[in-house]
Amino acid sequence: MIGLRSRPGKSLVCRQAVALVTDYLEGALSQAQRRRFEAHLTGCRDCPEYLAQIRATIALTGGITPGDLTSQMRGEFIGLYRRWRADEEQRAAGQ
Amino acid sequence: MPEDPDSPLVDRLRAGDEHAFVELAEKYQRSMLSLARGHVPSTAVAEEVVQDAWIGVLRGIGRFEWRSSFRTWLFRIVVNRAISAGIRERRSVPVDDMEPVVDASRFDAGGTWRVPPEPWADQADDKVIAAKISARILTAIDDLPPRQGEVVTLRDVQGLSSEEVCAVLDISQANQRVLLHRGRSRLRQVVESEFGSVR
Repeated sequence: MIGLRSRPGKSLVCRQAVALVTDYLEGALSQAQRRRFEAHLTGCRDCPEYLAQIRATIALTGGITPGDLTSQMRGEFIGLYRRWRADEEQRAAGQ
Repeated sequence: MPEDPDSPLVDRLRAGDEHAFVELAEKYQRSMLSLARGHVPSTAVAEEVVQDAWIGVLRGIGRFEWRSSFRTWLFRIVVNRAISAGIRERRSVPVDDMEPVVDASRFDAGGTWRVPPEPWADQADDKVIAAKISARILTAIDDLPPRQGEVVTLRDVQGLSSEEVCAVLDISQANQRVLLHRGRSRLRQVVESEFGSVR
């Protein structure tokens, strides 16, 4: 019976589970792979925390507001816009 | 695509509102730079490419037809400008580092954690900690190998779908996942060391 339940070579070790985390989150694992991954998580003390940390990292990265233009840069963008606008008007007038 | 979150800004830009242009720059400039940086050899060239892309946006916005999201269109302009700047054409993206995503010494010979991750995931939604760590993540993204940096920027900072990322970068789903995996894993290490120093 034990031989039937434990299938040597089929269960994942932590290092393999860590390597599959993104494929797992992306839904890119086959059903069999997914089952093995989840079975490992259920039996492992540490890998659930690793997965939670990857999820937390994604959330932290998603919480970043990239906007950090200096007032000088804002001024440069206004300048860029106005130069483009002036060019456009000139072009339209020339036609 | 009526649900595009940028449609109010795009409408204002089309109506000639220069502040809408600045708001778009506020939202996308840094990510555009990361993206350009993945394609060209220096920050100076990346800045030129991005400036050029903004002019392309101004010229093209009147003809933009919402066949994709605005940001996909915008990032695609950056990639096209970078490529036509003639620097480095790359349709297939090799993985640019082969180091394991978690230091090999943290596993024993059988592949089980020898130095498991110290728990911190449940503290990550603390707003004060999150704000502090977010700033650190931004610089860490700049330090990633450029291809990983561009995928993480598009996917996790800007929130594009994997399909959108593949369309912008012209890479396969499998390739995108490898780059994302390596990039996210490195960022996790950075966050881990931040938590280590907070404790």
